[in-house]
Amino acid sequence: MSIEHNTSCVLAIEGLTVSFDGFRAVDDLDLYVDEREIHVVIGPNGAGKTTLLDLICGKTRASAGSIRFRNHELTKLNENRIVHRGVGRKFQNPSIYDDLTVVENLELSFPRGKSVFGSLFFQRDNDVVERIDEVAEMVFLEDHLTSQAGLLSHGQKQWLEIGMLLIQNPELLMLDEPVAGMSMAERAKTADLLNRITDNRSVLVVEHDMKFVEDIADRVTVMHQGAKLAEGSMSDIQANPKVVEVYLGQ
Amino acid sequence: MTTLPSFLRRHDLLAFAILAALIVIVLPMTLDIFRLNLVGKYLTYAFVAVGLVLCWGMGGILSLGQGVFFGLGGYAMAMFLKLEASSPEATAIQSTPGIPDFMDWNQLTELPAFWIPFQSFTFTLFAIVALPAVLSGLIGYAMFTRRVSGVYFAIITQAIAAIATILIIGQQGYTGGVNGITDLRTLLGWDIRSDSARYTFYFINAALLLGVLFGALYVQRSRLGRLMTAVRTSEDRVRFSGYSVAHIKVFVFCFAAVLSSIGGAMFTLQVGFMSPTLVGVVPSIEMVIYCAVGGRLSVFGAVYGTLLVNWLKTSLSESFPELWLFGLGGIFIAIVMFFPFGLAGLYTSAKDRLFRKRAVEPSAGSESSPGKTPSTSTTATSGTTSTTGLDAKVSAT
Repeated sequence: MSIEHNTSCVLAIEGLTVSFDGFRAVDDLDLYVDEREIHVVIGPNGAGKTTLLDLICGKTRASAGSIRFRNHELTKLNENRIVHRGVGRKFQNPSIYDDLTVVENLELSFPRGKSVFGSLFFQRDNDVVERIDEVAEMVFLEDHLTSQAGLLSHGQKQWLEIGMLLIQNPELLMLDEPVAGMSMAERAKTADLLNRITDNRSVLVVEHDMKFVEDIADRVTVMHQGAKLAEGSMSDIQANPKVVEVYLGQ
Repeated sequence: MTTLPSFLRRHDLLAFAILAALIVIVLPMTLDIFRLNLVGKYLTYAFVAVGLVLCWGMGGILSLGQGVFFGLGGYAMAMFLKLEASSPEATAIQSTPGIPDFMDWNQLTELPAFWIPFQSFTFTLFAIVALPAVLSGLIGYAMFTRRVSGVYFAIITQAIAAIATILIIGQQGYTGGVNGITDLRTLLGWDIRSDSARYTFYFINAALLLGVLFGALYVQRSRLGRLMTAVRTSEDRVRFSGYSVAHIKVFVFCFAAVLSSIGGAMFTLQVGFMSPTLVGVVPSIEMVIYCAVGGRLSVFGAVYGTLLVNWLKTSLSESFPELWLFGLGGIFIAIVMFFPFGLAGLYTSAKDRLFRKRAVEPSAGSESSPGKTPSTSTTATSGTTSTTGLDAKVSAT
C-alpha cells in the first residue's frame, strides 16, 4: 500500500471488513481500481460481491478498513455525498422509476439541482435536453424517450439504469450484474457499451456470466467467503487451480 | 395562452377555471350566508387535503397528524383575536381585567409570556407560517434522517396528534382547555361576526385556496414532484442518484404543514372559535379521508373530495348522527378498494372513455412517435397506474 499506488488508482480499498452479527461478509479485503479500467469481481454466491459494492457506495457501513476514492475517504460519507464525489452504482435488479418516462428517469439523474430547492426550480434547458438525447442514444433507448419506464423490457430497464448513471458522469461506475436477464444480443450490445464508456472512467462490475466477463474485463478479482482468492487477467484466472476448484468448476 | 407558465397544462387551466367559477361565483350566488359560511369552513379543510396530496399521494408520507398543524394556525389566529376581545374595558368584571376570560376563570393573574407576541397582528401572520414549518421541520428531520417511514411514521404522527390534544385540554389556563378559545369578536376593530365580514373572509379564503393550488401544482410538476414519485417507487435509486431523500421528505412534510396551518387560521376567522376537537386524531384521519375521496394524486380532486365528504357529513349527520361515523368509515373502505384514485380517478377514466384517442396514447407513445425530442414531450401523468403506498395506507388505518 505505497503512496504511489494510491495516487495512481481511482479506488483504493484496504483492509475492508464488515461483519453482520459476527459473520464476516467481507473480510480484510484489499482491492484497487485503476484509471480507465474495467475491473470485474466474480465469485460464488455469498462471496460478498454485492456487499462490497454496498460498502463502497455507502449503503452498508464498514466495520474496519478504508475505502479511498481519489484519496478521499468514503467510509464516513453519506450516500448522496459519495455520489457527488463521482461514484455511481447500478443495482442488481433494475431500479428505475416505473411511473416516470425514460426522459424523466434520465433527467432526475442529471447532475444539477440535487438539493431540494435546486429541484424545485430546476428548468429543462437545452443542455439537459442534449445530454439526455446523447445518453439515450448511447444506451439504445433513443426511440423510447416518452415511454413509461415500467413498460420497457427487462434488458431496456437495465440499460436505462446504466444511462441514469452515465448522465451523472461518474468517474467510477459500479454495476451489479448488468446483463442478468438479458438475451445474447443484448449482452453483446452491453459489452460494447461498457467498452465505449471507459474512455474517461473506471468501471467496477460484479458478474456471473463468464462469456461477458471475458468480453469486457481488463482485470478480474475472484472473491470467496469475503476475501480475495485471486486477481489477474481473465486467462490467469481461468488457469488458476484454486479458482477452478471453488468457482469455475471442472 | 402563450404566457402560460411552463408547468401548467391546458387541462390544469380548465380545472382552475371550473373550480374558481364554482367557489367564487356559483356558490356565493346560490347559497345564503349561513350555508356559504359552512362551505367556507369546509374549504379550510381543503388546505389540509391539498397538502396531503403532496405529502401522502406524491411523497408516500402518510401523516395522521395534520390536525396538529391545522390547530397551530387556528390557535395562533384565535390567540390574536382573543387578546383583541379581552381589552381591559371589555373584561372589567373579571378579577384580573385585560386577560382572556378563561385565564381569569383558571385563576391566572397575568398574561402568560408566550401569549404576549400574539398581541401583534404581524407576528401572528408570521407565526401562522413559521410555527408549523419549524415544528414539522423538527419532526420530519428527526424521523426522516433515521429513515422512519410508512406505517411507523403514520403511527408517530397520530401519537403527536393525541399528545397535542391532551396538552391543550390539560393546560386549560393557557389554552382554553376542552372548550377551546371562544367568543372571538373583532379583527383589528372589524366585527368578524357580521355578514359582510363573513362574505369577505369567504372570498379571501377562496383566493388563498386558489393560490395554494397554484403553488401545489407547481411543486407537483417541478423536478421535485417527479422526485417524490421516484422516491415512492425506488427510494434507494434516488439516494444513489445523489439526492438526500430525507431532505426531500422534510420539505414536502413542511409544505403540507404550512398549508394546513393557513387553513386553520382561516377556519378560526370564519367559524369564530378554535378548539382541540379540530386538532386530534379523529379530525386528522378525517382529513386523510377527504384527500383519499378526492384522489390522492390530484390537488383539485382534494378540494372536491373535501366538499363532497363534508356535504355528506352535514346532510347525513343531521338525520343519522350515530350512523355517520360508520358511513365515513364505509366511504373510506370503498374508496380504497374500488376507487384508489378517488374522484379524480373517476374523472380521468370517464374522460378517457369519452375521448378514446387519449386512452390509447400512453401505451402507444413509444411506437407512434419515434424521435420525439424530450423538449416537446410533456411529463406523463405520473403515478396514475401506481398502487404503491395504498397497501401501506390500508394497514396503517
